[in-house]
Amino acid sequence: MFDIPPAVLLTQVTLGIINGSLYALMSLGLAIIFGLLRVVNFAHGAQYMLGAFVAWGLLEFLGINFWFALLLAPLVVAGFGIVLERLMLRRLYAVDHVYALLLTLGISLIMEGAFRLKFGASGQPYPNPIAGGLDVSVAYFPWYRLFVIAASLAVCLGTWYTIERTKLGSYLRAAQENPSLVRTFGINVPRLLMLTYGLGVGLAGLSGVMAAPIYQVSPLMGVNLMIVVFAVVVIGGMGSIIGSIVAGFGLGVLEGLTKVFMPDAVGIVIFLAMIVVLAVKPNGLFGSIE
Amino acid sequence: MSDATPLLSVRGLAAYYGETQALHDVDLDVHRGEVVCLVGRNGAGKTTTLRSIVGLIGRRDGDIRIDGQSIQGLAPEEIARLGVAYCPEERGIFASLTVQENLLLPPVLMPGGMSVEEIHALFPNLKARSKSSGGKLSGGEQQMLAIARILRTGARLLLLDEPTEGLAPVIVKKIGETIKTLRERGFTILMVEQNFRFASHLADRFYVIEEGSSIETFAASAVATERERIETMLGI
Repeated sequence: MFDIPPAVLLTQVTLGIINGSLYALMSLGLAIIFGLLRVVNFAHGAQYMLGAFVAWGLLEFLGINFWFALLLAPLVVAGFGIVLERLMLRRLYAVDHVYALLLTLGISLIMEGAFRLKFGASGQPYPNPIAGGLDVSVAYFPWYRLFVIAASLAVCLGTWYTIERTKLGSYLRAAQENPSLVRTFGINVPRLLMLTYGLGVGLAGLSGVMAAPIYQVSPLMGVNLMIVVFAVVVIGGMGSIIGSIVAGFGLGVLEGLTKVFMPDAVGIVIFLAMIVVLAVKPNGLFGSIE
Repeated sequence: MSDATPLLSVRGLAAYYGETQALHDVDLDVHRGEVVCLVGRNGAGKTTTLRSIVGLIGRRDGDIRIDGQSIQGLAPEEIARLGVAYCPEERGIFASLTVQENLLLPPVLMPGGMSVEEIHALFPNLKARSKSSGGKLSGGEQQMLAIARILRTGARLLLLDEPTEGLAPVIVKKIGETIKTLRERGFTILMVEQNFRFASHLADRFYVIEEGSSIETFAASAVATERERIETMLGI
């Protein structure tokens, strides 16, 4: 069991961190949405897929390359999110939050179904925007994958900083605790909710763009990812920013290590971790009592 | 608007929580620079009256005007921009924000508010606790902070709900002095107070709220001459 060559360990752990980068970004978006809106955004995987398809479409039909798509696609997906919140989600805040969950679930089914109708179940390839890689004698690290890790870390830490340390973030944190009181201070909380949903969804779209060159762009790419991401969110703690970041990267590494030492357990290790965490800390590692 | 227009005018206010009618008929006026107090038994509708004025009650009938302007159909954030600020009974200090963040949270909506330096001078213990988390403050400190943070916004009409509830006599005295100072600085205050002795030293006029309606109004001067009758009416 301990005869693992360092090259294999390094490669698999790096792959794990890359997956963890996507897990972290996705659960960050979910945490932001849940923290303020108290909505479990079941459309998150479909919005991730939409981000990837927008990037693919920008390239395929407009010749717009990855780097512009990295900026544009999340904005497009965020725009869809804002419209969804304004026209539909907003009407459900007054009733049991399970209806909002069902709405987002329905939206995801519609989106995934529509894309599958148009593109079939197989994937479209997306070219690698950064050729080559870092060759240390022990292993080879493609530049693009290192970029994904760095970009994801930057976005996660930047988002954490904005929410925890800036004035805008204080509006968000206050509105999470007592939205009606915050309105009496003159702050347009309904607009804040709309923009926050847009931000969370934009993060899903960003994840999709970054995933496009690594995995194929396919209508169902979000479905399997979301099952894992929900486990990550539960482990990190619903609505916890730091929880999503730590749990996302951590579980990616755990998956990588499992692939090396116990490959048969790769599919279930995250769910085993979830069971263990829930047994010890039912609100997740960083969650608070609700 | 001329000075004869009350800063706050309420006529025929009725309010509902779902199917339940909490207010039936509330009439009151608050003139610029006055301190007016709503008194009455628990559950009479005093808090609901304040919440109706700031727009937190979903279903509401009647006419509420701030400086002559009707708040009909306005959202809470729009009512705030007319120059009203609200300090709720539960204080509403945000635990996930520091004292300083709590203090700076309400945005400046119009000129004329106090500066941070002036507020710190008025509440020196808040300055000392700037970096503490809001959740770690004592009840008295939370009440000070809840009042302090609405002084920066430029709002001239302050609604204070039970500012002395559950606080030690020393803090109650300090809050009384604070309210006196605010009146001297030209703020207009409508407050709800269960502690009639406290309110009787501060308010210019009183409205008695009973079972969702304003049944009587009297001036501070009446407190001395009619004390027994008033205390009986309030159930003290």
